[in-house]
Amino acid sequence: MSKNTLTIDGKPVQFKEGETIMEAATRAGIYIPHLCHDPELEPQGNCKMCEVKVNGRNCSACTFPAAEGQKVLNNTKELNENRRIIVQMLFVEGNHLCPGCEKSGNCKLQAIAYSVGMMDYRFPLIYPKREMDSSHPDILLDRNRCIFCEMCVRAGREVDGKDVFAISGRGIGNHLIVNSPSGLLKDSQLEVTDKAANVCPVGAIIIKRHGFEIPIGQRIYDNKQIGEVSVATEKVLEEKIHG
Amino acid sequence: MTWSESKQEKVLTIVCKHEKRQTRLLQILREVQEEFHCVPRYAIEIVAAELGLSRTKVEGVVQFYSLLSLEQQGRFHILFSDSITDQFQGSRKLMDYMSAKLGVKPGQTRSDGKVSLGFTSCTGLCDQGPAGLVNGHWISRLNESQIDRIVDMVEREVPVSSWPLEFFHVEDNIQIPGLLLQSPIEQGEALKQSVRQGFDEIFIEVTRSGLRGRGGAGFEAAWKWRFCAEGPEDYSGLSLVGRNERYVVCNADEGEPGTFKDRILLNSNAHQVIEGMTVCAGVVGAKQGFIYLRGEYYRLRPKLEAILANRRANNLLGKSILGRNGFDFDIEIHMGAGAYVCGEESALIESLEGKRGVPRVRPPYPIDRGYLDQPTVVNNVETFAAVAAIAAYGGAWFATHGTEKSKGSKIISISGDCERPGIYEYDFGISIAEILMDCGAENTLAVQVGGPSGGVISGKEYHRKLAFEDLGTGGSFMIFNKKRDILEIVRNFTHFFAHESCGFCTPCRVGTTLLKNQVDKICDGHSTALDLVGLTSLAKFIKTASHCGLGQSAANPVLGSLSHFPQAYKDRFKDVVFEPGFDLDESLETARQMSLRDDPWAHLEQ
Amino acid sequence: MAEKLKIATTSLGGCFGCHMSFLDIDERIVDLVDIFQFDRSPLTDIKHCSEYVDVGLIEGGVCNSENVHTLREFRKSCKVLVAVGACAINGGLPAMRNFVPLEECLAESYLTGEGIVNPQIPSDVELPLLLDKVHPIHELVKVDYFLPGCPPSGNAFWRFLTDLAAGQTPTLPYGLVHYD
Repeated sequence: MSKNTLTIDGKPVQFKEGETIMEAATRAGIYIPHLCHDPELEPQGNCKMCEVKVNGRNCSACTFPAAEGQKVLNNTKELNENRRIIVQMLFVEGNHLCPGCEKSGNCKLQAIAYSVGMMDYRFPLIYPKREMDSSHPDILLDRNRCIFCEMCVRAGREVDGKDVFAISGRGIGNHLIVNSPSGLLKDSQLEVTDKAANVCPVGAIIIKRHGFEIPIGQRIYDNKQIGEVSVATEKVLEEKIHG
Repeated sequence: MTWSESKQEKVLTIVCKHEKRQTRLLQILREVQEEFHCVPRYAIEIVAAELGLSRTKVEGVVQFYSLLSLEQQGRFHILFSDSITDQFQGSRKLMDYMSAKLGVKPGQTRSDGKVSLGFTSCTGLCDQGPAGLVNGHWISRLNESQIDRIVDMVEREVPVSSWPLEFFHVEDNIQIPGLLLQSPIEQGEALKQSVRQGFDEIFIEVTRSGLRGRGGAGFEAAWKWRFCAEGPEDYSGLSLVGRNERYVVCNADEGEPGTFKDRILLNSNAHQVIEGMTVCAGVVGAKQGFIYLRGEYYRLRPKLEAILANRRANNLLGKSILGRNGFDFDIEIHMGAGAYVCGEESALIESLEGKRGVPRVRPPYPIDRGYLDQPTVVNNVETFAAVAAIAAYGGAWFATHGTEKSKGSKIISISGDCERPGIYEYDFGISIAEILMDCGAENTLAVQVGGPSGGVISGKEYHRKLAFEDLGTGGSFMIFNKKRDILEIVRNFTHFFAHESCGFCTPCRVGTTLLKNQVDKICDGHSTALDLVGLTSLAKFIKTASHCGLGQSAANPVLGSLSHFPQAYKDRFKDVVFEPGFDLDESLETARQMSLRDDPWAHLEQ
Repeated sequence: MAEKLKIATTSLGGCFGCHMSFLDIDERIVDLVDIFQFDRSPLTDIKHCSEYVDVGLIEGGVCNSENVHTLREFRKSCKVLVAVGACAINGGLPAMRNFVPLEECLAESYLTGEGIVNPQIPSDVELPLLLDKVHPIHELVKVDYFLPGCPPSGNAFWRFLTDLAAGQTPTLPYGLVHYD
């Protein structure tokens, strides 16, 4: 094999110096499930959906550096079972009522759950009490659906140049807070065109007055699996950003 | 929004005292908390503006550390340690007693603002519990008559500074000293030797000693130092030219329940610890060091400050130490504020930088990119104490003790069911049975080695040895006799981890809470054999999928007890296929009361 | 021909939407009754399960004491118990009351809400009492299969039941699994 090659599920993949396993996989058109990763943002590795086995050891693909000769396992029964547990954990942790959520059909959490065949919740539900913020004229923040991927936090700081969101609290008490004197979204700098307003993989931050525009049956993940969609969009983005 | 000028002035004074440095954020907030008995929103605005941080970053820090609070706490804030040994010594009952006397519930502040009560994780006084903190000051060996006196002083608003000293008396409680505690070094002895021999030679001595980190993980100290000294930008050996800054950090965030040996080292051997840090600084070329002292050890701080000042005066810290040109090193004390996860070295570094203590993604490791992204050595208090002794007496002296893979001695903190709890120091390789004999433990059901994150062992294994290759421990050694219920211990530990999870990664954030609920279900008698299947798979998942050591060890109490005490679980099971995890009849209570019903149809069987 | 499989259905704290969707299998119901005999179900108006039922379909979450009794009867009688639809699986929309204390819910509905005449909490012994929270059924009994959707489509019901009748583990292809 040529230099800078690793294998993912036995398939040789080229990588560039300094790349992560996720970046190399995306470039090669291989889908590693993820919720807190976006090619435009600094990887953080909090959702643990992209956990792969690298030479036998569990690593987050989005943060772990690619290296020569690594044997990466990704699409295995064991890892997909772990991913199913993670989506189940995220579902029981928050209040995810898909039937009443505008994001349904376009939600990455839901789409991954579909693709790993999540039929049940496995665990008792937690039903946390969380605050909703509908103060902003164009953007709704529904914390019931937040999965703490911190994409909005990073998008604000890294792309929009605005420090709008942050995580506060600790452990299961974590919650998203808004940088404004009142703590409300309407008094923050967030605008509808910001990446932070559009990057949420679930329905926690949604743009108002666009709900249910696309009929059921034609939404992103109604017929296409997230792996296919993700590779198609993120490969282009990855090449555009990191060359 | 107005806030009196004098209050604003107070916050500004604190901020200015810390030179408006962002890295001092946690220190500033601690002082604000002390002043106002909470961190007021107005103060957050001022601190954020002065430090050039967003208010959300400041608030995020406040809400992360359990000793900081947005809500107003009492002028007397009293916390009881909720460690299992304190519980077994009756802390819960004492809390009920105090709570009734003061008329305020745990977790609440009395309406007159005078007093608030709460539970906290282990306060490092398990050998003299039940223990707790009053406005950050240790109180130990609590009993009803002492609580009567405390309540009286609280009601009369006697300031804590005027309370009789006996309340705060904490003993070292050294029962058996060993290699290090028996032969403490003279002040300056290790440094003089280092300057005489040269730091390259001292590094060789440390290598020769085979010293491994005493925090628990057991990483070889010399290895860490070498990588830090070389750093990412310079792999040409221990040359000191053209390099980044280096930092030396002493991890005194002794938060593992049942561990208190650093308390003794810092109380009585702080010179030696600081000298070890200084030797390390000489080897890796660091100019700045930090002691990260856990918030609960607040009372040790003035003493440590005095020792640092004394050492500066004696040219053992500061510029040109012992007259050696270019050997500059000084140490700052950085207080934690109630977050067990900060014992993890990368979380500790985040906290040192004034942030939330969320463990970093690794690699890069702190030895490459640590404090302020510079190469940083983080070692345990005991490791530094050993370093100083090694520098003074030589690596060979140290290496003749212990076992092949675990050189030297280990200081352990013994608590729980034994005649003589306290500090014991042994050469590595000592058996559990010998330790149990020494401390007067009888009828022992189980020993928890290494605290909740360590492992539990039972009678069949008391021949096993204390050593990295057998039973490793950061220092916690909790003994439980046969009157104790192993599942209550598991419940306590599991609650501890759920409380201390930082929340960064999904498996630990959600998993520790699910595990807690599941163990509660079992302890409350609502479980069946089916629950065991779920419990085991959940525990294994949390262990393999979590981001850092906290999550990876959070399920150890469950997994360990399942393999050592399976019968304890089976005894609790109901002989049915399935049982709800909540009390069904209880959940009809509100409806029953509101509809004034108590007929047979208004009840449910479990 | 072998004896028909017995199937029972019910709705707990649900909207009967899943039952409606079940009927969306349209004329295939004729094929279905060749395989299944309907036992307790709103479709047959049979009030209690036979001693032995092969498949029980439960729609809705557990909101009150009667739901608990019904669910237990199903679990006792049915060899295979299936949680059908969002409410049975996660409490669904009725579980939105879980964020409001039951005391407030009842007070608002019967005592202090707008337009209430003669405020009183109903207390007839025939009325089931409300649980303080709505629970998905897997928190009360062991559940064998889950058929998600709000509601699951007629096609999902068809696929699920024909798989089951054929003695296979039911598997739904992508597109038939959805949560809304």
